[in-house]
Order: sequence, then C-alpha cells, then structure tokens
Amino acid sequence: MSTEAPLKATPTTQKQLERVTIRFAGDSGDGMQLTGTQFTKNAAAFGNDISTFPDYPAEIRAPAGSLPGVSGFQLSFSSTDIHTPGDAPDVLVAMNPAALKANLGELPAGGALIVNEDAFTPGNLQKVGYASNPLGDGSLKQWNLFSVPVSTLNSRALEGLGLTNKQVDLTKNFFALGLMFWLYERDMAATVSWIDDKFKKRPEIAEGNKRALKAGYNFGETTEIFHERYVVPPAKLRPGHYRNITGNEATALGMVAASQLAERPIFYGSYPITPASDILHQLAGYKNFGVKTFQAEDEIAAVGAAIGASYGGAMGLTASSGPGIALKTEAMGLAVMVELPLVVIDVQRAGPSTGMPTKTEQGDLLQVLFGRNGESPLVVLAPATPAECFTFAIEAWRIALKYMTPVVYMSDAFLANGAEPWRIPNLADLSSIAVPNRTAREGFYPYLRDETTLARPWALPGTPGLEHRIGGLEKADVMGNVSYDPDNHHRMTLLRQAKIDGIAADIPPLEVHGPAEGDLLVLGWGSTYGAIRSAVKRLQDRGASIAHAHLRYLNPLPENVGDVLKAYKRVLIPELNLGQLRMLIRARYLIDAIGYNRVRGKPFRIAELEAEAVRVLATLGVTIA
Amino acid sequence: MTDTITGADNGAGNGAAATLPELPVLTRKDFVSDQEVRWCPGCGDYSILAQTQKVMPDFGYPKENIVFISGIGCSGRLPYYMNTYGFHTIHGRAPAIATGLKAARPDLMVWVITGDGDALSIGGNHLIHSLRRNVDVRIIMFNNRIYGLTKGQASPTSELGKITKSSPYGTVDFPISPLAIALAAEATFIARSVDTFTEHMQATLNAAGNHHGSTFVEVLQNCNIFNDGAHREFTDREVREDRTVVLEHGKPMIFGKDRNKGIRLAGHQPEVVTIGENGITEADILVHDETDPLIAFMLAHIYWPEFPVPVGVLRRVSRPTHHQMLVDQLAQATATRGAGDLTKLLNSGETWKVE
Repeated sequence: MSTEAPLKATPTTQKQLERVTIRFAGDSGDGMQLTGTQFTKNAAAFGNDISTFPDYPAEIRAPAGSLPGVSGFQLSFSSTDIHTPGDAPDVLVAMNPAALKANLGELPAGGALIVNEDAFTPGNLQKVGYASNPLGDGSLKQWNLFSVPVSTLNSRALEGLGLTNKQVDLTKNFFALGLMFWLYERDMAATVSWIDDKFKKRPEIAEGNKRALKAGYNFGETTEIFHERYVVPPAKLRPGHYRNITGNEATALGMVAASQLAERPIFYGSYPITPASDILHQLAGYKNFGVKTFQAEDEIAAVGAAIGASYGGAMGLTASSGPGIALKTEAMGLAVMVELPLVVIDVQRAGPSTGMPTKTEQGDLLQVLFGRNGESPLVVLAPATPAECFTFAIEAWRIALKYMTPVVYMSDAFLANGAEPWRIPNLADLSSIAVPNRTAREGFYPYLRDETTLARPWALPGTPGLEHRIGGLEKADVMGNVSYDPDNHHRMTLLRQAKIDGIAADIPPLEVHGPAEGDLLVLGWGSTYGAIRSAVKRLQDRGASIAHAHLRYLNPLPENVGDVLKAYKRVLIPELNLGQLRMLIRARYLIDAIGYNRVRGKPFRIAELEAEAVRVLATLGVTIA
Repeated sequence: MTDTITGADNGAGNGAAATLPELPVLTRKDFVSDQEVRWCPGCGDYSILAQTQKVMPDFGYPKENIVFISGIGCSGRLPYYMNTYGFHTIHGRAPAIATGLKAARPDLMVWVITGDGDALSIGGNHLIHSLRRNVDVRIIMFNNRIYGLTKGQASPTSELGKITKSSPYGTVDFPISPLAIALAAEATFIARSVDTFTEHMQATLNAAGNHHGSTFVEVLQNCNIFNDGAHREFTDREVREDRTVVLEHGKPMIFGKDRNKGIRLAGHQPEVVTIGENGITEADILVHDETDPLIAFMLAHIYWPEFPVPVGVLRRVSRPTHHQMLVDQLAQATATRGAGDLTKLLNSGETWKVE
C-alpha cells in the first residue's frame, strides 16, 4: 500500500498501561458496533479484563452525518480487575463531524482523538453546525489530535478489487480497527478469520475488509504520526475457560441451562421490543434443546401463552421492556392468582411511555413490584452483571418452580448489551432444580399447600383423577372452588403474601464489600454494580469507612437487610431512577437513606458516585484525603 | 430433558410417553362437575353446556386429557361445570393461553369458550391470530349480541342503533360478523349453530371436535335478561325452517318448511328463489362446498331478513397445525444438529483459557 503520510524516520517506542478505554463513534451505518465488538473479542481473548458499553440510536439509519444518527461503542480493557466500561474514553475514534461533536465533551483534555479527516467536508460540518472545520481552526488544541485521511487511504488500498464506491466506503471501519490494533500491539488473526467466515459467500467483500484492516495497521506502522504504541498486559483472571458475554446472551443461555436443570422444556412467548428482542433471536436458535419460541401478536398474548404453557407443565417464559411489561400486567396478576410458575424478564429502558428505547434506566422497580391490581405479590430478582444474568436465570426458575409463583427478572439496556469476560461454569457444579408434579389422587385439592413452601400442587392436565378448575376468581382455601367469602379472601390474600415473604429464608443474605460497620454504606441494585463497586473501592483505598452492598433479591428482601443498614451512620442509594429502592428501604426499615438519582439514559460514572459519597461523608464531618 | 410432558409422567424428565389405560366408556354424566350451575334460569347457555357435555364422550379422549379454557363473561363460567381440566382466565385472553397450552401439550384436546364481547372486542387480536396460526383449539363463541355479565351494554355484534344501558340513544357502532372475521383470519373450520337447535348443535360440536386446526363455532344464544329474543325472528320453532338454511357439504342450499326455497347465484350475487317457480329447478340451487372460500365469504355475509341465516359448517379445510409445525421444527433441528449439548453451547464462540 502507499500513503502520502510521512514515513517513519524514528522507531516507535512502547509504553505499558494498566487500563485503556476506547470509544468508537460514527454514523449508525458505519459499523461502529461491529468495530467495537471485534476489538473487545480481541482484548478478551488476549486475556484482558474487559467491560463494554454499546450506545446506539433507536433509529436504524438516521440521516447520514446527523447528530441523532451517531452510534458509539465504548470498551475498557485492563490488566487488572475492572467493573465498568470506564467513565470517560482515553481515546476517541470519530468517523465524522457528528461523531466528534456528540462525543468530544466526554473526552478528557489530553485524550487521544483519532478522526477521519475525509469526512470533514463542508456539507458534513454544516449538518452539525460547525462554522469552521475544527481540525484546522485550533479548537481541538487541548486534545492529542490524529487527523487521518481514512477514506482516501482506504479506497486506495482497495483499488482494483472491483468494489463499488459504496462497498469500499463500508469497509473503512476496518481501517480504523486495524489502526487501533497496531496502536495497542494486537494480533489480527482472529479478526481476519472472522471476516473470512462472515463473508464466505462474498469473497470480494471479505478481501476488501481484510485489505482495509491491514491498511489501517500498516498506516500506523509506517507513518510518522504515531510515536508510541501501548501494551495492556493480560489481567490475572481466575483460572478457567472464558468467553465474552453480554447480559442478553447470558440470560438466554441461563434459561436453557435452567431447562436442563429442571428437566422441563422452555416455552418462550415474546413480542419484539428493544432491548429485549435479542433474547428471542437467541432462544429461537435453540430448538434442539427443546426450546419452543412463539412470536406472539402482542405482549399480552406473549405472557398469556407462557402462562398456558406453564399450566401444561412447561417452563413458561416471557420477556419485554417497560412498556411491554405494562401490557403484561393483567396476565401477571392472573399468574399470581392461579399460582403457576412463570418467569417474566424486564429489560428496562428509559421511560415513561416509549421513552428512549435504546437507553438504560432502572425505572420499572415499583412497576413490577406494585403495578397490578389488588394485593399481588411476586418475586423480583435483579442480576448485577452480564455474567450474573446466567446464574440468576437459573435462580429465577428455582424459585418459580419450587414456590409456584411468577418471578420477575430485572435486567436493563446496559446490562443486556454490555459485555464482560465470563468464566464458563462447569455443569456438574450446578444443582438440579427439578420439582415433581402432583399425580396422587388421595387427598388432592388444587389449593392444598405444601407446609414448608406454601406452594399449591402443580397438577397437570392429563393426570387422571385430578381434574380441577383454576382461574382468576378468588378461590376457596384448600378446595379451590370459586369463593366470595370475606374471611376466605382475607385468608387467601395473607397466604399469597406469606408464601412470597417466606422465600426470604431460602435466599442468601445480603453481602457487604468492606467493613461490617462504619460511616457509609452504598446500597445498589442491578446494573449499577460496577460503578458503585469501583467508586467504593477507590474511597476505601483513600481510607474512608465505606462499604458496598448490592441487592439481587428485591422481593422478598434478604432477611439481614435491616441489620446491615443499621450498622452504618449513613446509607446512600444511587439509582438510575428518582429513588424507587430508596422509597422501599425508607418505608420498610425507617432509615433515612440518601438518594443519588440520575436518569440520563446512561450508566453511572465512577467519579460521580465517588464525589457523591465524599459529599455524604462530609456531612458526618469526615474528610477524605 | 424432556420435550414431552404428559400428566401421567411425573414431569421429572423420564420423557416416557404415558401408557394410556384402556378407555372406559364415558357418558354425559362423566363430564358434569360437582359445581352448581349459576346462569340465569332460562339462559341459552344451559343448552350449550348440555350439548357440549353430551358430545364429549364421542371424541375418544380420556376426560383428563380435555381442557376447557375461557375468558370473562357469562360464557366464561362454563369450564367450572365441566368435569375436565379447566382454566377460567382473563378477559379476551383465552385463545392466547390456549395457544401456549397446546404448543406445550400437543396431547391435550383444548376447547376455548368465549362470548361476543370477549372474543370480538377485548380479545379480537388473540382470536384472529390463533385462527390464522391454525392453533388446534376449538373456539366456541356464544353470541347473544349483548354484554350480559356486566348487565346489558352494547357488544360488537349488537345491531346498529340498538338501545342498551350504555347506548340510551342507540349505538353508533356498526356490528361485525363473527364468521367473516374468522374467515378473514383464515380459520380452517368455521360453523354456526343456535342454542335451541339442540341436535344441530350436537352435530356441529361433533364436527368441531373432530377437526384438527383452528376451529371457530358461533352459537347464536339468547340472553333472556338483557337481550331477550336476540335471534327469535329466525330461530323460533314456527319460522326457523323458512328463515335459516342448514348447510351440508355437497348438497344444494335448499330450505323452507316445504323444502322448496333455495339460494341461487345470479352472477356473483346470491338470491333466494323458489323451486318450481319461473322454471327454477333444484339444479339451479347453489351446492355448498366447505372448501370454497368465495362461498364461505358469501355465507358469512348473508343474514335475516334479506336472507335465511346459514347454519352448519361454512368452511372446513386442512392446513398444518401450529403445534405440529413447532414440534416438527424441534425434531428437524435435533436431526440436523443433534440433541442439544449444553456444555458445548456454553463453550461455543471464541473462548480462551486462563491458567
């Protein structure tokens, strides 16, 4: 290949870094998610700890070059244990002026800025309101700017392949990827074989992408622009077999594992909705695992069919996001009333209403806990990391089957799409969650409860002698016939509540990272785990008396929560909502918990939580060095 | 893991199909539950229940393998009175719940009991989609053209201008034809009967029970409290033969006390003619064909007083059922990719080892 950039006269030096955060940003059609994913896979396979944050618009292809069309993918890779995709990027790769404008504000001064200068045309600049070209007007002085004619260099590298201009343009993300691979001294073999496999039916496209990748790499190697390369050594992860996994992938795999551990088939009823649809796509491919998937006419039919399947003895599963959960609400109440096992996945997104479909939020906690008519208790779980999505899928089913209850499994857009290395479990280490169905006729009543679990018997259609009727009308205790008796309704309401409350004795206690008592406890739930954990760790390192506890069980709460909370002078509850868990904690434990609440559609940054904790500690007269 | 669940299996995964005991001979009494029937005295639902119980032994299913699923409304109570498995669900959702049950349990015979409000209003979406999917479920829709359980509001089949509690000045909503909806939704079995035509209803339910696929039966039913005489103009004993036409596959659409009236196609328009007048003979009368969509469309749209009301099977065709296609896909995936190996699945994609 040839370039017009100056050739290197001096050798590049190498520098070792502990952690690097890169953000790839471009048009939503520029392939930034793919570029980010490829770098992530490479870093993971190299042995770095990783964490990623894809941030994309709801529009599939917003107008090219416009701000709403900017798609970003942030990944952090490290030689040490990390929990978040990084507060801010060290390196921003901006493929056009819109990507620059949308992301520059988050790039700290001194950060590396790699731009495709070919995209900085008067038209593109004007679209996003740049009066002059920032690459030449000195406005980017506080950053370390690398202006690269990516499109020009790339089309030159692909000359002679017979590809159309449009096809050539679509490969330029691989040029950027190649350049980053050079900058961080990465081997490209896995990406090359990925391209070969992906485009095996279109060899000319495969060749184009490979040339683009290598052109990017060679550009770094041969030009005078970059004087330093960076090495991020492998992290010391726990020994084992690993793969990279997103929350949605782990959820789907966990559901299949639960099916095997319960020795029952999954029936998955679903209606497409962002950000939950990937679970449907994935489960639809697992037919040889006995998974039946059903793309329903609406959210209501999706949950209804799942309830019907559970009634028949399968594991009825459905998933949605907030607006869809709202539609499923009535049927979830039916599942509470008829006491059938059911798992409902809520991959939360910013609301209310349609809200911001691709952006994360924790706004559905009160909805899933209380958003049904009547006293309608069910179990609510919330995995904290993508990898935990696997174990909690199994846990959701363990509880649903053992206690004959609907269980809501709370994920969110950040958890669903974010990725981290996952230590693949050994199946032999997982316990059976199988439960028997009632077959004995002697003494059978549809609402005769197990003394320990308070679960009613699961008698399946097809079982001779156990013909019975269930339904949404209140049932007489034990007998199960329709009943309007006032005392019976009161008793049944208490029994349904007692069944759910009793599960607290069957779940692990709330664990604390840090001192068992002290100045400040930071309490969280769901996907904020990584940011809270990191912020608390930093403050512990700075000598603060601070601990972190993270709730995975939102209903019932673990039995020790009250004791944990009372061991600290202050309790801070950061949430991506306006204080929903905090309201519950204050009501239940009469503790004056403090909230830190942001609904920006983005995960918390470590620094903001750290600053907030410092502020709260200061109210105790504690200053942190 | 099993993908076959039966009630006789403990569900714990041996996957062995239940060995069916030799079938005892069942009678109507076997299908009568111990629950007191609580519809209003004189309600048409009593007859539908009785005919349903009567035909149940004919299908050869052990009663534990039969499930009745209902939504909300007076019709929704029927499962309580059947000594089978029953699930009284929520308003309009019975077809969705039945779809999941049948998908999970192909061995069961599933019936859905619904009404005009339940099926065509709040549950309209579920109805059309279960029909188009050819879910092997028999949907019996009681049509009394009124909301009975909520005490007398207009329903989607109430005639235009009808005065009800919710429409004191008359409705302004044009009624829909249940059979036309079923036809548009590509149901593979569509029929109509009347609560008081007991033998006809038994024959219709029998045909419905023996069909495999989405089965929709409209039963014209009287609500003697809120819409008394809803269908009497053409169902009363004295007039029924002249005002209804009983459909029989392969036979001309002849009706009337004297069996001398018939439906003829003039171009593509149906007309009522009298055999023996104006040179009309039996050969001029349209012959019913349960597989002809145009005939079904015509029959779904003619009604009293312009025409006799068609009763019987409008349409009966065969198409692969939803649950069977699901089961076939599972079998095919297993044949081509082997039974699912979870260890392999978890370890798929790019993996690496940390020492």
